Order: sequence, then C-alpha cells, then structure tokens
Amino acid sequence: MKTTYMNPYLAGFLLGITLLATIVITGRGLGASGAIKSAVVAAVSTISPNHAHESKFYSENLKSLHDNPLKAWLVFEVLGVIIGGFLSGVVSDRLNFVTERGPHITNTMRLGFALIGGLLFGLGAQFARGCTSGAALSGMAVLSTGGIITMMAIFGSGYAVAYFFRKLWM
Amino acid sequence: MFPLVPNLISDELNLIVALVIGIAFGFILEQAGFSSSRKLAGVFYGYDFTVLRVFFTAGVTAMSGVIILGYLGWLDIDFVYINPTFLQSAILGGVIMGFGFIIGGYCPGTSIAGMAIGKIDAMFFVAGGLIGVFLYAEMYPWFEGISNATALGNIRIFNSIGISQGLFALIMIAVAVGAFIMTTMIEKKVNPEGPAKSFNNTYHRLAGVGVLTVGIALLFLPDYKERLFTKVSNEEFLHSHSVKEMTADELAFRIIDKDPKLTIIDVRSSSEFSTMTLPGSINIEHKQIFQKEFSEVLGQRHKKKVFIANNENEERTAALITQELDYDNVYILCNGLPSFMNTIIRLEPETNECSFASTSNGNVHNQIVKLDAKQAIDTERFRTKASVTIAAMIKEAKNSMTKPTKLIKKVAGGC
Repeated sequence: MKTTYMNPYLAGFLLGITLLATIVITGRGLGASGAIKSAVVAAVSTISPNHAHESKFYSENLKSLHDNPLKAWLVFEVLGVIIGGFLSGVVSDRLNFVTERGPHITNTMRLGFALIGGLLFGLGAQFARGCTSGAALSGMAVLSTGGIITMMAIFGSGYAVAYFFRKLWM
Repeated sequence: MFPLVPNLISDELNLIVALVIGIAFGFILEQAGFSSSRKLAGVFYGYDFTVLRVFFTAGVTAMSGVIILGYLGWLDIDFVYINPTFLQSAILGGVIMGFGFIIGGYCPGTSIAGMAIGKIDAMFFVAGGLIGVFLYAEMYPWFEGISNATALGNIRIFNSIGISQGLFALIMIAVAVGAFIMTTMIEKKVNPEGPAKSFNNTYHRLAGVGVLTVGIALLFLPDYKERLFTKVSNEEFLHSHSVKEMTADELAFRIIDKDPKLTIIDVRSSSEFSTMTLPGSINIEHKQIFQKEFSEVLGQRHKKKVFIANNENEERTAALITQELDYDNVYILCNGLPSFMNTIIRLEPETNECSFASTSNGNVHNQIVKLDAKQAIDTERFRTKASVTIAAMIKEAKNSMTKPTKLIKKVAGGC
C-alpha cells in the first residue's frame, strides 16, 4: 500500500525550519545546482586537466573549491538529499523504477524532455547563480534582492509558457 | 551569536553538518511529493498546487525565523551569506529555468530526491543538468559579460524598494496566505480529486490567522543592531546614560607613558584610520563593535578602552553600544580627536569643557582639571613636551602600520 504525501503546509514548515537551521548553524542556505557544477568541474578537470587549466570557468571554480571540487559543502548536502529521499521512499513505500509522464506522451518523449529540461535548468542556474533552492528559496529567507527576482522570473516564465507545453502533462 | 560557521565549526565538521542537513532536506522533499514530476508540474496547470504551498510556507517560515533571531540578537545577519544580485543574469537565468521547469518537470533539488526513489525521468533530468552546466562552462567566454553585468552586490529586497524589513515580511506573508486561499479554490475547481480535497479547513484557517499574526509582529521587530543604534542615538538615552570621559591631557600622558592598561579604539572609517591615528590604537568601525573577533579586545576588563572619533557624539554612540553589550571600563576622548590634535599637537588649547561631567578617577586627570596657577604652568610645560613626542609617535605608528583592520569574515555560499 502506498501511503499519501505529507500535508504540504506541514512539509513547507519543516523545510523552512531546516533552512533556518542551516542559516543559523552554517550562515548559508540550501542548494542543489552547485553540486551539479562541482561534479562537472571534477569530471572535466580529471579527464582533461589541460583544458580545465586553460578555461576561465573551470580554473576559477577550481580555485574557489580549493582544487578539490568534490569536497564542497553542497556536494555533501546533495549526498544527504539522496540518502534522505531514499529513506523517505523506504518509509512510505515509494521505491520503484518508473518513468512518470503525462497521459498523452510516450516514455521516450518524456525522458527526452526531462533531459532538455535538466539542461535548461543547469544552464539557467549558472546565470542566476543558483536554482530554486539556492537562489529562490534561500534568497527569500534572507530577503536577497537577486534571489527574489530569480524566483519571480522562474515562476513567471513557467506560467507564461505553460500553455504551450500542456500536452506534456495533461 | 550565530551563525556558528566560520568561527566555531571547522570546515571538516561543516561537511558532516551538510550531510545531516541534506538528509533532512531530501526526506522532506520526498515526503512532500516533490519526487513526482507530475505533481510538481501541476502548479502551472492548476491541478496540484503543492509546489506553491510547500515553497512559500518554507520561505515564509525561514524568513520569519531569520528576522526574529536577528531581533533577539542571536543571529548576526552580517555573517550570513546574502546571494549577490546581478540583475540581468538573475532575470535571464530565472526565465531559462522557468522553461526548464515546464519542460523537465523538476528542478535540481527535487530531481535528486526523485532519483533517490528510482524515478527514471528524474535521472534524465539530472543528466541534463550536468550537460547544461558543461555547455555553460564551454561557452563561458560568450556568457561572461552578461553573467557579470549589473553587479549590485549583496543587496536586500527591502532596501531595494525602500521599505522596512518588517513591512516587506508582512507583505510577503499576506501575499502567501492570499495565494494559498486562491490556489486552493482554483485547484478544487480544476481537479476536484486533488490534494486540497483532504485538507482540514479548521486547522488551515487557524494556521493562516496564526501566520498573519506573526507577520504583524514582524512589523515591529527591527534588527538587533539597528535597534541598539536607534536606542543609543536617542537624545534622552544619551543624556541619561553617562560615559566616563578622558581629557586630552590624560590620554596624551598615558600614550607617552606607554600605559599597558590603555586601549585606544578608533571608530572612524578605515580610510581615515589609515591616514592618521593615535599611536597604538586599533580600528573598529561602528558596525563592527558587534563582531566576535573584537570581543577579546573589548572584553579586557582591566584595560581602559578609550573611544576616539571625529566628534564626541560618535564616540559616545560607540561607547554606549559597547556598554549595552556588557563591556565595561569604557571611556571616550573629551571633545573628540580633532580637539585632541589642536590641544596637544598644535598647542592651540580649546576651552570647551567636556560636555558631561567627568567621572574619571585617573590621578593625572584630576590634577589637570582643577587648574590653579601652578598647575596651569605644569600643563603648558607638559603639552609642549607632549606635542613633540606624540607627533613623532603618530608618524612612527603610521610608518609601521600593518593592515590592522579585520574585515568581516563572510560565509561562502551560493548554488
């Protein structure tokens, strides 16, 4: 039997408390896309150290991560997210290899769009210096102007184009 | 005062903290249903507003907590990472991410939670994210310009639009509660079987009223530091709270004497400080008095801590804040630093008495305040000598000045 999801307001409150605890203990917010960046920097600098050395993006990031891109706060946090998500899946009996999609598209299409969506999110998060967690949510908690602008831009553009992609979901 | 990083938690321990926080983060995301792309996308089509509910409740909770802890003086916002604002790229990045959200059905954090329970679409989304970052990195030379344009620093939204922090927080909460009510009505129409069906109306209404009450309370909670500044700048407070004063002569005497029990604290800006200051003084700008690294200096009870600034009022504000923070043995320099320079260095004594009766019990001081004929001569003789000695000491101090200012050690952050 699959248990139901938590009440969203309760989940939001608990998430808010987690974020607050993060700020109080570490002085920084939550994040996710930063770990993806760390992974890319680590991969490129391992496969092609010369290329990483010559590129401004990689060398700057390597420098700010003390030449060890995987020993970063967000990498450990995201490892935690995987563990926590898995534990929650165990508790609520939701572990399953499935592809979730709208009723009118095929699995292959869904996976293709997921890849494109991820690509856009990865790209956008570099411009905005954070994603929904790092820029929008954490930015809102500390009332950062940029974070709140990014939040409005994410949801604004999502709503603006939702109509054109409705076939993907409904 | 929090945060504990960077001063109390080492880098290594911080990574363990990150792991534990991540576990909580991931568990909550999955429990909320954020591992499901169809549930997430529902926010854009009206059949499931879970994203909006969780996201805004979390944001409002954390924001209120930050403001309340800031008011109590437990959280020093100057140490907290405030995402820097790059106006153009914040909008551009957000717009691109909006497309990514609709097309991909996830955002990075939720895709990782989805991946953790085996969602294959979430795995593809994460793979896409890696490619996206890689593309950005490879095309960085083209993107660098727009990415770094309109850098506005670590600005905060209420300053940007010119209202108080509390008012902005209240507006945010009111907007969130309004959005919760409206979207629940929409959801019930679009999708009668949606999550809103099982909501307990009584509890939700009570929670809504509770949150709005918190919002109204936030209106009256300024930041602890601002509160202290306002408190000590108040005329009445200034007059009802005395600070011990030290005359120019006493300070000069102690400087020449190289008094080990004297600490001069220069509260002017660091640029003024590096141009000229008194020998042996340290620079702590007004706002820095709260910082942990200066608590050692300010906490030395047996030392006389003399505040110097361009005028006595600035000294007094700094000294009163220091006293409010429970440090004692605090003094201010009578009439400020310019008067000291006139009296001692240029030998053009100013006749202004210290504006508040001095309670200093230093011997030197008492002798000089009660000026009879003999003492007047002594004073003049002392000043003539002191002017040369101290001028030389100031010059020497300037030459040997190393970088004395400790900048705020900011926490590193970012996504």
